[in-house]
Amino acid sequence: MDEYILIFRHEDGTKVASPEQIQVWMKQTMDWIGGIAAQNKFVSGTGLPFDGAKVVGHNNVVTNGPFGDIKETIGGFIIVKADSVDEAVEFAKGSPVLQGDGNTVEVRKIAKRDGTH
Amino acid sequence: MQEQELIPHLFRTEFRKITAVLCKLFGIENVNIAEDIAGETFLSALETWPFKGVPENPTAWLYAVAKNKAKNLVSRDQVFHHKITPIIESTAPSGYEIEIDLSAKNIADSQLQMLFAVCHPSIPAEAQIGLALRILCGFGIDEIANAFLTNKETINKRLFRAKEKLRAGMVAIEFPKENEINSRLQPVLTTLYLLFNEGYYSESQDIVLRNDFCLEAMRLTYMLIENEQTNYPDVNALFALMCFQSSRFEARKGANGEMILYQDQDESLWNQELITKGAYYLNLASRGDRVSKYHLEANIAYWYTIKEDTMEKWENVLQLFNQLLMIGYSPIIALNRTYALSKVRGNEAAIIEAEKLDLSTNHYYFTLLGELYEGIDKEKAKENLLKALHLSKTLPDKQIIQNKIDHL
Repeated sequence: MDEYILIFRHEDGTKVASPEQIQVWMKQTMDWIGGIAAQNKFVSGTGLPFDGAKVVGHNNVVTNGPFGDIKETIGGFIIVKADSVDEAVEFAKGSPVLQGDGNTVEVRKIAKRDGTH
Repeated sequence: MQEQELIPHLFRTEFRKITAVLCKLFGIENVNIAEDIAGETFLSALETWPFKGVPENPTAWLYAVAKNKAKNLVSRDQVFHHKITPIIESTAPSGYEIEIDLSAKNIADSQLQMLFAVCHPSIPAEAQIGLALRILCGFGIDEIANAFLTNKETINKRLFRAKEKLRAGMVAIEFPKENEINSRLQPVLTTLYLLFNEGYYSESQDIVLRNDFCLEAMRLTYMLIENEQTNYPDVNALFALMCFQSSRFEARKGANGEMILYQDQDESLWNQELITKGAYYLNLASRGDRVSKYHLEANIAYWYTIKEDTMEKWENVLQLFNQLLMIGYSPIIALNRTYALSKVRGNEAAIIEAEKLDLSTNHYYFTLLGELYEGIDKEKAKENLLKALHLSKTLPDKQIIQNKIDHL
């Protein structure tokens, strides 16, 4: 069984949602993750709040953001166990992030620490 | 109290105190000697009291006899004299005679230190529970065997091996250093949690004994709350959980000792005093910024003290189960989470999630599926319950499942 990271990409990190909306998303996200954890396939994960985010660029230039030139940003990730990338993709399909138009969930295999990737 | 009840009662409360104090004095490697002296003390009481009458202060009498037996042993027994006396003398002023301190404070300290010693990380978990039951709670070997549904020989062997481990590990009977308390507390809480569950979920028919296990687990947990240094939020959370669970003691058992499921319990039998107590300690548990599994389980147990099915209740329970699974997976939590999901999103949604669980050797899994199909597809409900019946092992489980099939 391999580990895959599901990265939540938000098309526009500057959009502000109402606290009520955030609450609904939180619940949906927890139910989604709970469903994965109930199959003993959840490894870890976290949300990444947008407030106070910084980007450190070339020559150590620090900007507030990541919402300067690019609006797209990462809202969080979870790591799951799956037999194949297809199974990981099936997990990703349930993510509430995808309710947002233009949002995506990127599925990437985690490199094994045995030198073979 | 009648005389024939008095000695067993004192045994339950005093045996462990005498053992703890003597064990602290003699070192963990001599735990058997400590137990023997405590045991002989009660034998003396059994031999003397029926003829000479019960002494005015029975506890003081027991302590005095235990002290004498210990002193005699130290001065009489050559092996003991050479091995132990130097240890005792090295920590005491010269020209001193063995002093055995059976004050309330030293008893409490010794018991707490023994708790940490028994739950030392080098001791295997199942050995910890056995040792705790025997040394810290003073249960008899036959009682422990009864609760674990096994025989005395097995328990004796298990305890023997556990004591070997204590000896080999040279575990010191002392309070952990301040910076270690939190990490040393974790295996202690695990053992107390398992000890409580042993009583709460044991298949033994001896209800009094099972309740005693739970009460003992609560007593030991409360000891940690009473001591400022160990009064951590997760200890309070664990105690709250135990209060909520034990509030249903009376309601869980029918007249013939059969198990009554939560849904069918008479809630007027739920102990409101324990529920209030649980809420009080759950409140105290919320001081810290860490949410332990005990916090989550205590919160779930709190919602279960409200019998009424509301959306608020089940939404909260579902979120708590989600969090619990994220901390650590267990099949039972996964099944309970799916049940909560059915209450929030309906049976059809829950069936889809249930079928992903991959628990096809677990009879609870098929019992849950059977229940979820009830009212949707009677044939499938029956099919699943029959699978559950086939997989279940104990008579009470089979009875519950058969009952469900009959009521389809």
